[in-house]
Amino acid sequence: MASDAAATAPSKEEGAAPAQRPPARDLAAERRRARRSRWYRRDVRWSPYAFVAPFFLFFAAFGLFPLLYTGWASLHRVELTAPTDMEWVGLRNFSRLIEDEFFWNALKNTFTIGIISTVPQLLIALGIAHLLNYKLRGSMFFRVAALTPYATSVAAATLVFVLMFGRDYGMINWALGLAGIDPVDWQNGEWTSQIAVSTIVIWRWTGYNALIYLAAMQAIPNDLYESAALDGASRWQQFVHVTIPSLRPTILFTCVVSTIGATQLFGEPLLFNGGAGATGGADHQFQTLGLYLYEQGWVNLHLGRASAIAWTMFLILLLIGAVNWLLVRRLRKSA
Amino acid sequence: MLKTTEEPAITGPATTAKRPRIRAGRHLHGGRITHAVLIVFTLGSLFPLVWTAIAASRNNTRLAQTPPPFWFGGNLFKNLEIAWTDANMGTALLNTTVVAGSIAAGTVLFSTLAGFAFAKLRFRFKNLLMLLVIGTMMVPPQLSVVPLYMLIAELSWTDRLQSVILPTLVSAFGVFFMRQYLSEALPTELIEAARVDGASSWRVVWHVVFPAARPAMAVLGMLTFVMAWNDFFWPIIALTQNGSPTVQVALTGLGRGYIPDQSVIMAGALLGTLPLLIAFVIFGRQIVGGIMQGAVKG
Repeated sequence: MASDAAATAPSKEEGAAPAQRPPARDLAAERRRARRSRWYRRDVRWSPYAFVAPFFLFFAAFGLFPLLYTGWASLHRVELTAPTDMEWVGLRNFSRLIEDEFFWNALKNTFTIGIISTVPQLLIALGIAHLLNYKLRGSMFFRVAALTPYATSVAAATLVFVLMFGRDYGMINWALGLAGIDPVDWQNGEWTSQIAVSTIVIWRWTGYNALIYLAAMQAIPNDLYESAALDGASRWQQFVHVTIPSLRPTILFTCVVSTIGATQLFGEPLLFNGGAGATGGADHQFQTLGLYLYEQGWVNLHLGRASAIAWTMFLILLLIGAVNWLLVRRLRKSA
Repeated sequence: MLKTTEEPAITGPATTAKRPRIRAGRHLHGGRITHAVLIVFTLGSLFPLVWTAIAASRNNTRLAQTPPPFWFGGNLFKNLEIAWTDANMGTALLNTTVVAGSIAAGTVLFSTLAGFAFAKLRFRFKNLLMLLVIGTMMVPPQLSVVPLYMLIAELSWTDRLQSVILPTLVSAFGVFFMRQYLSEALPTELIEAARVDGASSWRVVWHVVFPAARPAMAVLGMLTFVMAWNDFFWPIIALTQNGSPTVQVALTGLGRGYIPDQSVIMAGALLGTLPLLIAFVIFGRQIVGGIMQGAVKG
């Protein structure tokens, strides 16, 4: 691009150009210039690779290699106690998984907890973002406060919620008692435990998603709202017919990110068990795939099976990605 | 959320003739109900944190009574002290600072370099490599824990901090984030001018790219620090509670034991969260701005 600029600049003042031509140089300077320009060209040519190299080196060592090796390990019997001692078993880890009721249980729980946590989270975030988009007193306070759960770690958040969801002395049952509702055994019920785990996820991520929606809302040109208002659209109609369509890419983005997060859910269900291990409750009622992988690998010491679960999770994500892509294409076509 | 009708949008064409700008969209003032809903939401966001502090200032017996306490008791410092010694919290906080700091520094440096190359330089396979970067964002961390664990076991890195620092030292999101930022914030003419002056690529990076990228580097650094501070899945596999834990690993240890003392557990949770909360109070505006900026570009 630099040469383009240099080539076009003199053409504007062609008449003056010949007068500016410098006289012939001596040979040494010429050679020095040649050397420098060769070095310069090499620098321009190779430095981009040097700049991207650290990322790809680290990614190859700690991302790509493990990814492939996990696939290799999933075809073997490997124990945690002797990880280098591998015995080829073909697809047995996978076929075992299909017959394993705990795997299906974990898959089902991951799916239901994913729905219970993602749908309300994104809906609330959308509403809150809409409100934050108005001119407000103390708007920065609201935004920072909405983000504080994001600063709280999974561990800290889950430990507090375990206490609040306690059966006998928990605050939530106490509040329900005030409303005349009998105490709920949050941890041991199937649905109640999943709702409780989802609550932690919702609490941590709603504000974050609200800010992402808010950013997208602020990028919507205000003319759209003005002309809608001119046409007599109410605030609700503006929200439905201007805001939501403009946010479609962002909504899709958050859906994808939340889906990935939900598929990997691990810390919340692990700690919600109150230190009783990776079973996800007495009846595995809130054991997710991530937790099941951990239990198989680091409690039952079967690294091969854990690898098979990991690859299955990856395939599920790819499937979701493909469905998502098809949906987007369908939406674009119809639009 | 939609009942905010205090200041209805002006709809009559007669008024618009006089007023060229109509109040609509984000120029509308939030009404009383808007504020009320936001205050309820804010209380919901803050309450669990406040209650962590309240529970940490009580004792276990008081937490096993109804109604639950809603105000501070006098045991805060005692509980903090127990949590500090029982959960190895001093080591844990120091470790987490080192880990999160190194990861943030590495991510910012390498992401800026790669982001600059992808945004402004021409080289072969550029698009293919960028696609690869985006593709790596899809890979779940679960997929690599088994070989990573075998690797660090082989290197005898279990319970060493490098086992949690090195695998997360680069981030695809960071590269993407910096590329998006630099392609807009860094004028190509500036690079060319430096080039014409005979500056090498490294000088260009040092004197042109880094100064231009500084705001985005700060944002990426903060986001990465928070993420690394709160990371859970890999540290709990690579580190142990009694060896060299990060805060999150140490916290899981607090929950166990014969009769878990809930007030001590809450004190530990408070200790582990406090540094980030303080940072949020100080840098809240920048962090909010960074997340929103990242959202629009991403």
